Amino acid sequence: MSASPGHNSNIGNRKLIAKLVLAVVAMFGFGFALVPIYDVFCKVTGLNGKTGGRVAYQATAADIDLTRTVIVQFTAMNNSNMSWAFHPMQNQIEVHPGELNEVRFYAKNPTAASMTGQAVPSVTPSLSASFLHKTECFCFTQQVLEAGQEIEMPVRFFVDKALPKDVHKMTLSYTLFDVTENFAGPPRLTAN
Amino acid sequence: MLPSLSVNTITSFFNAVSRRYRRILLVLTLVFGSPALLADWALNMREGITEVSRETYSLHMTIIWICVAIGVVVYGVLVYSLFAYRKSKGAVPAKFNHNTTAEIIWTFIPFVILIAMAIPSTRVLMKIYDTEDAVMDIQITGYQWRWQYKYLSDKGAPVVYFSNLATPAEQYENFAGKVSAEKGENYLLEVDQPLVIPVNKKVRFLLTSADVIHAWWMPDFAIKKDAIPGFMNQAAVIAEKPGIYRGQCAELCGRMHGFMPIVVEVKEQADYDAWFAAKQAAAQAVADMTSKEFNREQLVEMGQTVYTTYCMACHQANGQGLPPTFPALAGSKVANGPIEGQLDVVLHGRKGTAMAAFGTQLSPVDIAAVITYERNSFGNKMGDMATPLQVYQLQQAK
Amino acid sequence: MATGHDDHHHGPAKGFTRWLYTTNHKDIGSMYLWFSFAMFLLGGSFALVIRAELFQPGLQFVDPNFFNQMTTMHGLVMVFGAVMPAFVGLANWMVPLMIGAPDMALPRMNNWSFWILPFAFAMMSSTLFMDGGGPNFGWTFYAPLSTTFAPKSVTFFIFAVHMMGASSIMGSINIIATIQNLRAPGMTYMKMPLFVWTWLITAYLLIAVMPVLAGVVTMMLFDIHFGTSFFSAAGGGDPVLFQHVFWFFGHPEVYIMILPAFGVVSEIIPTFSRKRLFGYDSMVYATSSIAFLSFIVWAHHMFTTGMPLAGELFFMYSTMLIAVPTGVKVFNWITTMFKGSISFETPMLFSIAFVVLFTMGGFTGLMLAIAPADFQYQDTYFVVAHFHYVLVPGAVFSIMAAAYYWLPKWTGNMYDESLGKLHFWLSFVGINVLFFPQHFLGLAGMPRRVPDYALQFANFNMISSIGAFLFGFSQLLFLFIVIKTVKGGKKATTQVWEGAEGLEWTVPSPAPYHTFSTPPPIK
Repeated sequence: MSASPGHNSNIGNRKLIAKLVLAVVAMFGFGFALVPIYDVFCKVTGLNGKTGGRVAYQATAADIDLTRTVIVQFTAMNNSNMSWAFHPMQNQIEVHPGELNEVRFYAKNPTAASMTGQAVPSVTPSLSASFLHKTECFCFTQQVLEAGQEIEMPVRFFVDKALPKDVHKMTLSYTLFDVTENFAGPPRLTAN
Repeated sequence: MLPSLSVNTITSFFNAVSRRYRRILLVLTLVFGSPALLADWALNMREGITEVSRETYSLHMTIIWICVAIGVVVYGVLVYSLFAYRKSKGAVPAKFNHNTTAEIIWTFIPFVILIAMAIPSTRVLMKIYDTEDAVMDIQITGYQWRWQYKYLSDKGAPVVYFSNLATPAEQYENFAGKVSAEKGENYLLEVDQPLVIPVNKKVRFLLTSADVIHAWWMPDFAIKKDAIPGFMNQAAVIAEKPGIYRGQCAELCGRMHGFMPIVVEVKEQADYDAWFAAKQAAAQAVADMTSKEFNREQLVEMGQTVYTTYCMACHQANGQGLPPTFPALAGSKVANGPIEGQLDVVLHGRKGTAMAAFGTQLSPVDIAAVITYERNSFGNKMGDMATPLQVYQLQQAK
Repeated sequence: MATGHDDHHHGPAKGFTRWLYTTNHKDIGSMYLWFSFAMFLLGGSFALVIRAELFQPGLQFVDPNFFNQMTTMHGLVMVFGAVMPAFVGLANWMVPLMIGAPDMALPRMNNWSFWILPFAFAMMSSTLFMDGGGPNFGWTFYAPLSTTFAPKSVTFFIFAVHMMGASSIMGSINIIATIQNLRAPGMTYMKMPLFVWTWLITAYLLIAVMPVLAGVVTMMLFDIHFGTSFFSAAGGGDPVLFQHVFWFFGHPEVYIMILPAFGVVSEIIPTFSRKRLFGYDSMVYATSSIAFLSFIVWAHHMFTTGMPLAGELFFMYSTMLIAVPTGVKVFNWITTMFKGSISFETPMLFSIAFVVLFTMGGFTGLMLAIAPADFQYQDTYFVVAHFHYVLVPGAVFSIMAAAYYWLPKWTGNMYDESLGKLHFWLSFVGINVLFFPQHFLGLAGMPRRVPDYALQFANFNMISSIGAFLFGFSQLLFLFIVIKTVKGGKKATTQVWEGAEGLEWTVPSPAPYHTFSTPPPIK
């Protein structure tokens, strides 16, 4: 293993340095790879209350668990520099796991200019996030509202029958961000 | 030498010193003083008023005592070696440098101790994580630099309000030796409107933030949870004793991070119900005020309070701001331009800056008042006013 | 001048260009050490601004925003400017001497990795004078405070971090290449001095995590200037992701600052106990285990972010495990002293203080590992006390011990033992007066990074500030002692210390400009 000092070790050095530089580059890449790894991890575990994207609903009556109900609570808030009026039109509903439900959120742009908003959903308790499936949500896309425009935005969802029995209440919350100039492109693939 | 003179000199010198450095003297007195006085020296964690906080406290104490026990043994051997094997005493070094049995033993014993620690820790942690079946939900939102409490309801509008630092700036601004106000008993730990919860009821907190990350910390509940923009965290408490409890924001959140305390008032159920009804009525009263007429002087007076609470941290008491991050209002184009422009900035915020959209946070009365105040203070002499109705109509306009 | 190792028989060039162009490991080591001491004083003066403001309740001296800049810059300068370069400096000086190599493996890169640093820190310090001020978001720079809400100067901060990272990476490649390729014949891995071993492991940690730090600041740069949203929920990103990536770097970083300290202490304690290090093999294995564990404990910095229960438990258990190898090290040091023949020269005093006070930091570390209790400790002065106990009487004391230990070898002169002991006792008392009360402050409920506090925290804060000024000004004595030793003093022998073993003690004092041009024989 040990080499004699001086020039004799140049070849050994070069090989070693090449390996080390490769390791540096790989670790730099790994830093970035943590981003998708983290997203996948969040989706699988519901870490941070992240909900999945659009899910198709194809249930029959047999898939609805009529033996129990779950309260789904809705809350909405604005990021501090977002000026829209934004709130759920129903505070909460009681649902059977497996059945498809719809609630609406109200939004209004009170400014004199066209604006774009992005709602970011979060579910608590976070471990139940992977059991809340949305077939339609205004959070899947950015919302463009003209000056003074108001809209009602639907969310259609169902609660998975596999939801652990000790969860009796879920909270679906949205934070509305102003993305008028930033993030002009589509959100990252993993958004929502 | 006149003895009396020197005594006087010494006395007055001592008085001067004691006035200046009375805290140092207090410290010395306490260090060498009676143990009874040690009560003033908060040394340890509070036990708190929940089952979880008491269990956390006893876990903390258990681990401290385990560490103390290990410390006594380890430091004991060290100190013994330092005394017994001094070269100056003629110690001759032994030759051993390896002992497999000893090494296995001191690898194995810590394992056992760690497992003994892990078991109760896991149990307490699981209890902390149980937030199911709460009787009420309160959404806690961190803002730079205040907390918003929103009592979620089954139906109807939720009760929502901000909780701001109540300690006046005169108490904490001591630049250049200026002391314009004595510091109060609850200096920096007092708010204008505390969070109020009923005693012996399970309350669930939903925590989030409207800007940067904050952390809501109430030591007496053993709750510390990050408030993260875009995500909802949760925690639960069953407070067992009525009273007033104080905590602080625990995550660096910008300039006034040290100035956003948390105060929770735990009340008996009946008192809580009365408080809640009053809060709802007050919210209705604020809404009713929107259509009330005010003159400019009234608005300026009300506006000053709003300004001190919501605007001063950035724009400063004298309206000079802290440029470039927080621009001055004194002589500014906005506060001295068309009132529609200022309404737009205050209601809707300014993109890409720290200026929040206060239209979603404050009532029309407060907004009209603070705008009127800003246009007629700090040397700004616009002489005009915004009305609550004007603000309300702007918000409702199609 | 030509590259040092090409013409072995020439001495150093004269004047400033000697330092600018030098590729000599001893010159570069000295420059690293002087630079790190300058940064230690700079970062220390930031700390004194903090402690002056906290001397009494109320805001007396600085605006809260400037206070936040001071806490941020203090952390950054101490971590990246003082502790890390000091250890790199020690490695430069001592690793070739300890393994019988003529120089570092890559002398020109060595020069470059040093000379990046002054520019990086000049750039970072200049942000304090920029419009809007310098970084004010803490040395952990959590998004979005450091992105959407950051002062304009954040871009300069990001580039400064990139430069420091490049310097560290080049430095560690060099150290690895030196250790792996330039050992004298017969110097097998398990014969290497522990300082060399700990540095080899540290260098691999640096290679693994400095690129991740570079990655995370690059993501910040993109979020701020190019409209991406790695850390902004609005665009599908996540502020918590920032913390995961940061602490994936940050936790190994903590060990980067302490492993070489373990190495230093493992050299000094046997020398002054006149007895060989107890459990050399287990020291090597313990160091490796700590390095491995450092990669799977990072989220214990994030217990309050709302991780699921399973995550909390995993990171709690893995963190508790670190106590095992760390305990082994402490037991080994103490057993080395047990039945030795101990004398108390300044390096030994610093090393004994290291063992005692680092163990204190270990105890509080164990307490912090307990997730439910951590909810009460997190982001309080208890944490501040914990990591300062690990880093100041830990890393910094070991650096001072190393400086006193090897100064005679570097300068050829003995330092003034009485002054050295005075420096030690002032530092020892100062550090404990400074940091011990902070445990109480944290437990009683004082959050960290606040410029003002409630009245019940006043007494301990005042004591802590007095300790800070005592400790801070004592370091000027250290500067005086070092300069005095460089200028003259009792001539040092080749072996310097009675119980010293190792190749560095076989070359004359001061060590000649070129050493081990032919490899020494290894027993």
